[in-house]
Amino acid sequence: MAKRVMVKGNEAVAMGAIAAGCRFYFGYPITPQNEIPEYMSAELPKLGGTFIQAESEVASINMVLGAAATGARVMTSSSSPGISLKQEGMSYLCGSEIPAVIVNMSRSGPGLGGIHPSQGDYFQATRGGGHGDYRTLVLAPSTAQENYDLTMLAFDLADKYRNPVMVLGDALLGQIKEPVELKPYRKKPPAKPWALTGCAGRPSQLLKSLYLADGDLTVHNWNLFKKYQKMRQEARHELYRADDAEVILVAFGSVARILRTSVDILRDKGKKVGLLRPVTVYPFPDEAVRAAAQAAGRLMVLELNTGQMVEDVRLAVEGKAPVDFYGCPPGTIPTPEDLAREVEKMWRKGGGR
Amino acid sequence: MSAQAARKKDMELVLDRPQSLKDVPWHFCPGCHHGVIHRLVAEQIDNFGVREKCVAAASVGCSVFLYDYLDIDVLESPHGRALAVATGIKRALPDRFVFTYQGDGDLAAIGTAESIHAANRGENITVIFVNNAVYGMTGGQMAPTTLEGQVTTTSPYGRQADGMGLPIRMAEVMATLEGAAFVTRVAVDSIKNLKKARAAMKRAFEYQIKGWGFSFVEVLASCPTNWKMTPEAANARVGGEMAAYFPLGTYKDKHAPKAD
Ligand SMILES: Cc1ncc(C[n+]2csc(CCOP(=O)(O)OP(=O)(O)O)c2C)c(N)n1
Ligand code: SF4
Ligand SMILES: [Mg+2]
Repeated sequence: MAKRVMVKGNEAVAMGAIAAGCRFYFGYPITPQNEIPEYMSAELPKLGGTFIQAESEVASINMVLGAAATGARVMTSSSSPGISLKQEGMSYLCGSEIPAVIVNMSRSGPGLGGIHPSQGDYFQATRGGGHGDYRTLVLAPSTAQENYDLTMLAFDLADKYRNPVMVLGDALLGQIKEPVELKPYRKKPPAKPWALTGCAGRPSQLLKSLYLADGDLTVHNWNLFKKYQKMRQEARHELYRADDAEVILVAFGSVARILRTSVDILRDKGKKVGLLRPVTVYPFPDEAVRAAAQAAGRLMVLELNTGQMVEDVRLAVEGKAPVDFYGCPPGTIPTPEDLAREVEKMWRKGGGR
Repeated sequence: MSAQAARKKDMELVLDRPQSLKDVPWHFCPGCHHGVIHRLVAEQIDNFGVREKCVAAASVGCSVFLYDYLDIDVLESPHGRALAVATGIKRALPDRFVFTYQGDGDLAAIGTAESIHAANRGENITVIFVNNAVYGMTGGQMAPTTLEGQVTTTSPYGRQADGMGLPIRMAEVMATLEGAAFVTRVAVDSIKNLKKARAAMKRAFEYQIKGWGFSFVEVLASCPTNWKMTPEAANARVGGEMAAYFPLGTYKDKHAPKAD
């Protein structure tokens, strides 16, 4: 059996990255994700890798761009304000089709906000917060174990689609300490004939996102679009006690793990409630959500913000079932009992918005 | 004239197109120094035989099409970030020859932090910094290097020290950093200066190849289009007004042969 360790969520991310063959990390300190750069700064040199504490998040995402262009597996991590600064670089990664992994252990905002857990960056993450018509795959872990597993998966998906992949956690998932099984990574990363390594034995090549000649950029954008369509097959979700449910809660990441206990509390009271947790928030598991709405007849969305993912849920459901929403803006972390109470309240009111 | 044609005519070929320079027409304006500087870079790529080992970080400015002219692997960087991008490349491939080619807006305004810190870390990278005192690509706005009194599209009354500051002397700034190993400023406005520029490029390449660390070549250059000057007048301004404010010379040469 794989080794089990007791680690912080952030360390689990770093361990998953190293297991997947990431040997280059570039970052800038920001709470609540500092354990990632700290772990990398200690471990990468032992493995012949490179850790650089860059002068800013802007610099670190561009170091990622450079190192990843050589074909290496590369990661950066930050938290909300720092992720905002990385957006231009992420747009270039998409436009030049360079794979990399970006971790956002998001915190509260807007502005400096605070270091509380928050899901306020959902729109930024799933809509591609930078400029241009692009998409990034976004994986949303909800345990330290998943921080490890999904970070490994992020590297595979990035290489598969030649596209940046984001791991979207939050302060809770970064700081929580739980057992993690260090599953070995067994895949073989794909060959990268597009990588820039010097033109020995082949014609020189480039990676770029500038297309000025008439029509070229149109073609490039349609090609990217086709790739994003293919990426939709990566939609993943998890169901919990949803089989006979009359109401299905939809939630991702940290709030979803709190809601599991709320579901148990409500089930003990005889309420037929289940949970659907999107594991990928881009692509959004539309079909699973639609099926859940059809089966249960009613959905309730709970988020640590004032309502973002609920828009994707409503788009998926297409008005065919009521969708209620309960939001917890940052600053207080709801308990399972709090959320169970809120679910009951919505239930009593009936009927969705 | 091609080498073949020269041989046919029984003449001696003294200068040919560097192999790493593609045989395509320039898109640069007449009298622009970018083309000359591209050629100087290509010459040293050939000279050191590193064409197949090159990975360059192109910048955003009139030189964005570096890859249309140099027959080497090139990665396009966001505006100002070439030295962060090059850092990533060089750390991943330490035995490759990695250089940036950046304008003054790119390196000394939006990318100041990336530039200073790459130098300060002592990255073993070569920088070709083309100072034409203006934002060429975007149509001639004021740059951090725009001369006092110089009229640009965003300093229509001339650059004034009060409120706009005076031009940044980047070579001098870089030379103060411990991590910078070779720092020089050259110009390509005359045969004399061209020869010095060629020698400086060679020395900068040598620094990286020998693993001596960060090398920085500032090249004073013309932008006749945005200076609204004839190529001749623009060329004269480089060696005159510009070189007066931005003195030519070597500011740092850590491995200079000892004089004693
Ligand atoms: C983030 C960002 N801001 C602004 C621009 C627009 N822009 C393109 S080139 C340029 C200035 C280029 O000037 P310089 O670096 O001096 O190069 P030159 O064209 O003079 O050689 C600017 C501001 C951009 N591409 N990206
Ligand atoms: S605008 Fe200026 S820098 Fe750009 S190509 Fe023309 S002369 Fe050269
Ligand atoms: Mg310029």
